[in-house]
Order: sequence, then structure tokens, then C-alpha cells
Amino acid sequence: MKLDRRKDLLGLRDLEREEIELILDTAVPMKDIIKRDIKKVPALRGKAMVTVFYEPSTRTRTSFEIAGKYLSADTVNLAVSTSSVQKGESLRDTIKTIEVMGFDLMVMRHSMSGTPHYVARNTKMRVINAGDGANEHPTQALLDMYTIRERKGTLEGLKVAIVGDILHSRVARSNIYGLGKFGCEIRVVGPSTLMPPEVEKLSVKAYYSLEEAFADVDVINVLRIQRERQQSGLFPSLEEYANLYMVTPESLKKAKKDVLVLHPGPMNRGVEISSEIADGSKAVIDEQVTNGVAVRMALLFLMMGGSKSEIVA
Amino acid sequence: MKLLLKGGRVVDPANKIDGVNDVLIIDGKIAAVEPELAPQDCETVDVSGKIICPGFIDMHVHLREPGFEYKEDIASGTRAAAAGGFTAVCCMPNTKPVVDNIAVAGFVKERARKCGVVNVLPVGAISKGQGGKELAEIADLVAAGCVAISDDGKPVMRADIMRNALEYARMFALPVLSHCEDLNLSQDGQMHEGYYSTIYGLKGIPAVAEDIMAARDILLAKSTGAHVHICHLSTKGAVELVRRAKDEGISVSCEVTPHHLALSDKIVETYDADTKVYPPLRSEEHIAALREALNDGTVNCIATDHAPHEKESKDCEYHLASPGISGLETAVAVIMDKLVSKGLLDVKKMVELFTTGPAAALRIDRGTLTPGKPADITVIDPDVVKKVDPAVFYSKGRNTPFKGMEMKGWPCMTIVSGKVVARDGKVII
Repeated sequence: MKLDRRKDLLGLRDLEREEIELILDTAVPMKDIIKRDIKKVPALRGKAMVTVFYEPSTRTRTSFEIAGKYLSADTVNLAVSTSSVQKGESLRDTIKTIEVMGFDLMVMRHSMSGTPHYVARNTKMRVINAGDGANEHPTQALLDMYTIRERKGTLEGLKVAIVGDILHSRVARSNIYGLGKFGCEIRVVGPSTLMPPEVEKLSVKAYYSLEEAFADVDVINVLRIQRERQQSGLFPSLEEYANLYMVTPESLKKAKKDVLVLHPGPMNRGVEISSEIADGSKAVIDEQVTNGVAVRMALLFLMMGGSKSEIVA
Repeated sequence: MKLLLKGGRVVDPANKIDGVNDVLIIDGKIAAVEPELAPQDCETVDVSGKIICPGFIDMHVHLREPGFEYKEDIASGTRAAAAGGFTAVCCMPNTKPVVDNIAVAGFVKERARKCGVVNVLPVGAISKGQGGKELAEIADLVAAGCVAISDDGKPVMRADIMRNALEYARMFALPVLSHCEDLNLSQDGQMHEGYYSTIYGLKGIPAVAEDIMAARDILLAKSTGAHVHICHLSTKGAVELVRRAKDEGISVSCEVTPHHLALSDKIVETYDADTKVYPPLRSEEHIAALREALNDGTVNCIATDHAPHEKESKDCEYHLASPGISGLETAVAVIMDKLVSKGLLDVKKMVELFTTGPAAALRIDRGTLTPGKPADITVIDPDVVKKVDPAVFYSKGRNTPFKGMEMKGWPCMTIVSGKVVARDGKVII
């Protein structure tokens, strides 16, 4: 079984549970490769991929790049600031130019929601969405799910709280869609000005206090808070935000004893997460990064390469 | 020059006619509307099974000339109007330069005379350059033939300027067409704020951004005694405000567009920029309120807000795409298919919304088949089924979210001053 039924991976909303399971299962042997002394397999030799990031990112771009390299794909990063975008070229023309160089797959990050969908419609290349505006960030949610599943043994029936700026968060949306397919009970918590309209129709429950939201939870996923949101009037100050919504040892009192704390990074210590938590035993933030490489290897392999048996053997 | 339209169902709300009649046109004017006419030496067209109406008026169209001829010009836009069943259009002043003085208004009138296929009624700007700061030379605009003023495309954000515009326009009995949008609430919004903006991760434009400005302008109409017409009304809240204002006797009218009546915000799903329009496509709740308001007299007319764009303005990131829908060539079919054939709107009411409704809002003497009046006539074939194909549009703007949809009920003949200018969607002039 491959992911060959679909050309692109644009989001988790329209992915089947079986497809998500396939990706997570394939990531398990991929993680072993990362731990080897010689971290290279020839699975994608002769395949070419390009990362195109219209928004700054270090970890996601690097993660995709090294994932491709471990699998022997030729990997090129297009630095958008130095490209012809600055000269006023249309996105369509940029994509066409990249396509005719022969790339098999494009990884795209864009600040505007729906841009990878637009690109995917207009190119023969396979497209992976590496985050589009406030819409989706499917590979982040996949690595979160991988991390949770590895630690908890299952996703089924877990209580997961997502904390922070839900309104602008693509990580929140992809997690809601992904975890929702595994029967998780999902809670979103944050200030009401950062809560999307009609969010509970996404089969989640909205909370405005950490204490209530964290009661009996198995997993807490802490979102990064962007300073611009304060400037645009959505909350009064970072201090007040921290007072109400920073995840601290105190705030975890009602959570399950073995609660996991995730953060997609980069962290604002002292704003959305305290250092005691970030550096403590409940946090799995470094593991998330490693798992991110494994999940992206799995995805690249499934989209450009072969079957799972091939990689295990 | 005589022309007889024989055996059609004539619907002429102003003259309380709804039944099978013949329509005789002599020298460009309506001569008679009666059953079984048999004039001598007369070209006769059999229109049995068709609906014969006074010429449809679209009071909200962007013809883009001067300045944006790559999007549309008066020749292509009026051909689109003819093909779509309209005999008169009001063109909005957000051109380059803006229609804020007698020279540009005169240019538009002259171009319309030279290359227009249907009647063109220009709308002048409220403020100089549509900047919202200083009033345009409104008396000059009236002298040049403008039938209303509007800063459409942009709201007049300053209440004092809007108040002055209303006071001033009242001297000329000139309607002021208001684009109701509080820019502070709508800024950077890409679609209607609600469930689907949450799912698609696009910044939402809340309905209240429209409601607030509608409320303000209604209050200003009340206090000045001038006439306010609310453009492209799209929210349940604004519907209720207009309904209450009318009950109170305030001089207010409003229009709704076919796309706000027919399509919901769900359609944004694929991020196809043809679905991007301001005000945005709303949720089902708002659509239901608009449909109800069509029937109870709250809404005065249907207008397209025809906003043609060149390919590049739509073939791009959703966020960067220009808002607007090319609507002249689909409007009648959309209303026929989505409302009339589903029993949500009767034919007579539809004809009012396209004829006497806009004529009354604009205080112009059009929209009837009264003998002696210019023979502007729209004929609809309620049975013909066609797919919307933007490739065959006369408009340069192919930007329509209705593309590929099959519709039942299309305009089949457009007559301007007694001359047949379009038949079966083809311009024949």
C-alpha cells in the first residue's frame, strides 16, 4: 500500500484514518535509520525534491531537507528572499519554472491559507503542505501524533488539550482533524479573542481557563504565541497572557500524572510555557523534533518511493 | 419599423399585466400590449412559451473604462449586459481616473453613446478620488447625466462626510448608493467569518462590519431626509435594519446580488479565487434572510455588482486575488434556476426586482411596457437548460464561481429601443 491514491498531502482534514496509520507505521523503521551510524538508505535515489518556503522557518525546512537526504533524494532549498519573487514574478510562473527543472515533489510553506492547494492544482509535481497561513500544518500534527502514540501506546480515547492562539494556528487545526479521527477527546483553551468562531462544531470543547481544560488530560499541546497578536489588540499584554495561560507545574495539578507536554517550537519561555515545564520530565519537545524527521521520511518515501516492506527489509 | 412579439406571457408589473399578450413595437417605442394583435406589414417573432418583460435594469455594474480596459470596457461590458438580458446598466465610478468630475462623466457618456449596446447610466463618486475626504462636484456630475452617487468599492468611513454627501445630494433628489463596510472590522478579511472561515483558516469578515455601516447610513438618511440605497446587501442584520427603517418611513432602499442569494461560504473550500468577493459569500442563515427579504418587499432590486477581472487577478494566491464576480451573463439564469424554478420567488416578483424596483430606487422613468415608452424589452425562455461557460462570455471578465453549473431558464432576447440586440445569448449588433 502506498499513498498513491492522492497526488498531494495538503492537510489532515481530508485524509483517511488508514492513511494516517500508514504514515505513522512507516515512520517507525524510519526512526531506526536516523539512529544508525550510517544514516542513509537508497530508497529515493534519483528522485528530486525542492523546499519552497515563503515564510521563515528553520526546523520544518531543515527537517524536510535532512529527511530527503537520509533517503538519498536530491534536495534543493529555494530561498524565497533571493529568488525572482522579489522581482515581481507571479507564483504560477515561479512554480512552472521549478516544475520544468524536473522535480518530483515540492514542499511548500506559505503565509497565505490555501496557497499549496492552488499550487497543487497547477503543477504536475506532488505537493506537501509544510504550513499554510492559519489553515493546516499536516506534518506537524503527524509528528505530534507519532510522539503521543509512541509514548502512550495508542491514540484511542486520549484527552488532549491544545492551548493558546487557536484562531491563527494551523498546528491546532491539523491536530484537531488528525486526533479527531482516532477518537481523542479534544479541548481547546485560550483567550476568547483567540478562539475561532464556531470552533465547537469541529467536535472540540472550548475552555477559557487552564485549570478546567487540564482536568484529567493525557496530553497538552502548547502553541506558540505571536507577539504581533498583542499589537493588533487581541490581548492586553504578554504578562497578562502569561498570567492566564502559561503552562506551569501549578497549572498541571489536575492533569493526569503521566501527562505529556508538546510544543511545536520555537518556544517563548515565560510566555506560553515555563522553563520548569519545557525542561522537565513531562516535556517531549526534543523527541518531537526527531520524530518530525522520521515522519517526513515516511511521507516522502510513501509519496515518491515504494512500499513499507521495502524499507523494513 | 414594426416588430410584433407574438403569443408570449407578458409580465409588466407597473401596468398590472400578467398573461398571454402580443407586444407591438413601432419606431422603437411600445405601441400596444394586447391579445391577438394583427398589424399589417410587420415582422413577427413567435415568443409563445416565453416570458416578455420590461427591459431589465442592473443598477450595479463595473464597466472599468476608463483606466482598466484590460478588465472590461464599455463595449464589452454592454455586450455582456445585452447577452445577459439587461437593457440598462448603471456603471460605478471606481475607474481610473475616478468619475468625480464632469469631464470623466462626460467621457463615459460619450463612450457609451459610441460603442454601448445597451443604455448606460453613469454613477458619479461621492468624494474626490473616492478618497472619502472631500465631496466630489456633485452638481456637475448631475449635469453630466449621473443618476446617483457612490464611492462603491470603498465605504465612506467618515460619518461627517457621508452626512454632508446626503445633505448635498438631497438638493438634487439624487440617491446615494452606500457600500456598507466598516474597514476596521473587515480589514484583511478574505471570506465570511464563521464556521467555514474557521475550517479554511482564512481571516473572516464579520457580518457586523456590514450591519454597523448600514445602521449608520440609515440613521443619517433619517436625520437628513435624503435617500440612501444600500448596495449588495448581504447580511441578516442589515436586512432587519432596512426592514425596520422602511416601517419607520425612512427613505432607504437596497439591492442584493444573485451570488449572495445563490452561493454560501462553503464554496471557498478549494481556495478558487473566483469565489472571492466583497461583501463575501455568507452562510446559509444569511442567505435564508435575503431570500425572505426578496419576497416581503424589504429588498428593492437584484443587481449583479458585475466586477470583471483579468485572469492574473484571480489566478493567484487567494489572499492576493482581487475580489469580484463577473455577473452580467449569469444573473438572470441564476435567479431563474436557484429561486424561480424552485418556487422560492414568483416570476412577477422577479420582474419587479429587475425593473420597477431599480427604476424606483434611482427615480428614473424606466422599467415598464407602457405604450409610448422606449421599447426596452427582455425575453426569458424558462425552459432552456445550459451550462455556464465563461469561455463564451462577452465580458472580458471570466471570473465566475458559477462556471460549469447547469442552469434552467435563460434570457433569450434583448431589445433596446425596438432593436433586437441579443438572441439566445448571442449579441447580434
